[in-house]
Amino acid sequence: MSEIDVGLEVNGEQVRARCQPHDTLLALLRYRLGLTGTKEGCGEGECGACTVFMDGEAVDSCLVLAAQCEGRQVTTIEGLGRGWPDGLHPVQKAFMETGAVQCGFCIPGIIMSAADAITRRSDAAREEVRRLVAGNLCRCTGYTKIFDAIELARDRVARGEVRPEA
Amino acid sequence: MMRVPPFKYVAPKTIAEAARALRDAGPEGMLLAGGTDLLPNMKRRQQTPKVVIGLSAVKDLRASLRGADGAVTLGAGLSLTDTARSPLVADAAYRALTTAASKVATPHIQAMGTLGGNLCLDTRCNYYDQNHEWRQAIDFCKKAPGPHGTAQREVTHGTCWVAPGSPRCWAVSSTDTAPALVALGAEVTLVSADGERRVPVLSLYKNDGMDYLAGKRRDEVLTAVHVPALVGWRSTYWKLRRRGSFDFPVLSVAAALRLGPGGVVEGARVTLGSVASCPLEVTTDALVGRPLTDEAIAAFADHAAKPARPLDNTDYHLSWRKRVVREYVVGALRELRGDPPGLLARSAARVLPVLA
Repeated sequence: MSEIDVGLEVNGEQVRARCQPHDTLLALLRYRLGLTGTKEGCGEGECGACTVFMDGEAVDSCLVLAAQCEGRQVTTIEGLGRGWPDGLHPVQKAFMETGAVQCGFCIPGIIMSAADAITRRSDAAREEVRRLVAGNLCRCTGYTKIFDAIELARDRVARGEVRPEA
Repeated sequence: MMRVPPFKYVAPKTIAEAARALRDAGPEGMLLAGGTDLLPNMKRRQQTPKVVIGLSAVKDLRASLRGADGAVTLGAGLSLTDTARSPLVADAAYRALTTAASKVATPHIQAMGTLGGNLCLDTRCNYYDQNHEWRQAIDFCKKAPGPHGTAQREVTHGTCWVAPGSPRCWAVSSTDTAPALVALGAEVTLVSADGERRVPVLSLYKNDGMDYLAGKRRDEVLTAVHVPALVGWRSTYWKLRRRGSFDFPVLSVAAALRLGPGGVVEGARVTLGSVASCPLEVTTDALVGRPLTDEAIAAFADHAAKPARPLDNTDYHLSWRKRVVREYVVGALRELRGDPPGLLARSAARVLPVLA
């Protein structure tokens, strides 16, 4: 099959990439653009390791064709901290401080979902936080510190302790 | 790692272009909406279309409106997230639909998956939803008879491992939104290159795991869902699954009810999902014209559970699943009657110990 040309915005930059019609967005990000922060876990939409934002919404990039991304806006873990102090999103900082990471493979995806969740629901209680990251599996931790970190970031943003840089 | 097999990609911008592309592709073509069902199936080689017609650029598929008569039209390309939070269906009458949409898989899948895609969801079975090598080890099955299973309706060979002597495939209808929309009396618009027609949601389906979408021609695009104005109605959706956060249904009960003065039932519609290869509508004549007493609910639940014939091809023990049908019908109707949640929980607890 002949290659196709896809134009999209990735982490604020316009990108044109050649790819196969059957390449996923995940493959485009990892193998054509070198953005390997986004991981491939199950490849069928269960584990969420490949979570990115597409037009502002958290999606599984393993189930999006690159061809479907023409003109779309994609944010990956590499671009999540853009505009925040030290280039780190509050969720990223909270994960570091809380020690919410063990092997780390699921973490980029979980951080993307968590960032989406606290943006959407800054008042989310733990049950709601759990629901919003239900599409992300972690085989190491047990989730407790992950939820602690998400709640820490949620509270800091809600209280205005951390703001995007102007 | 599983990879999507090669295909030719077509990206129409309008519904008419999509319908023409689908006609031109013939039996080798398939529509791709949210991709959350088709792409995993393609990775597992359950479905291997040679032409994929991507619908994400067709803006008209996301148009929604309320008509002068109060009826609501939802674009089939609306994501399940947007369906669940659409102000057009915020009324309690439509709660079966919004609940069903918000219980599909995970928030990610809901943001990607579409209403039309969920209505056309492939049927599921323990012997079918496996990777290529797993299915090869059992010499494949009737629904996807390798080496590159196509799940096309012309295929008539292969064994059904659920019921080896059976002439048909018993894969399970696992769509959440279809039972809900049937209970709401919804219709869909189907558009082909030759024209368009509007049919009841229920008529899309046939009780056959392979030919489950018999009411939609292969060259038709499901473009919109129409829900009637439901003044005075209430509805609900009960879903049984192993993980409360994230699973296909192994039983759904969608119920809609209109109660008149004195609590007399003026209208009732109950639909079962995931207990056959299509949604099953239950006749509700016995409920209408009488108050919704405990006895009426119990008698109706016995009647409603009869057509449910779960087979051993999905999660949980089948005889337990059959028992739960009755309990879920009771629970759904009690909820619509206005019973307090505590009572409903106690009723549900009667069946839950079997889980252990």
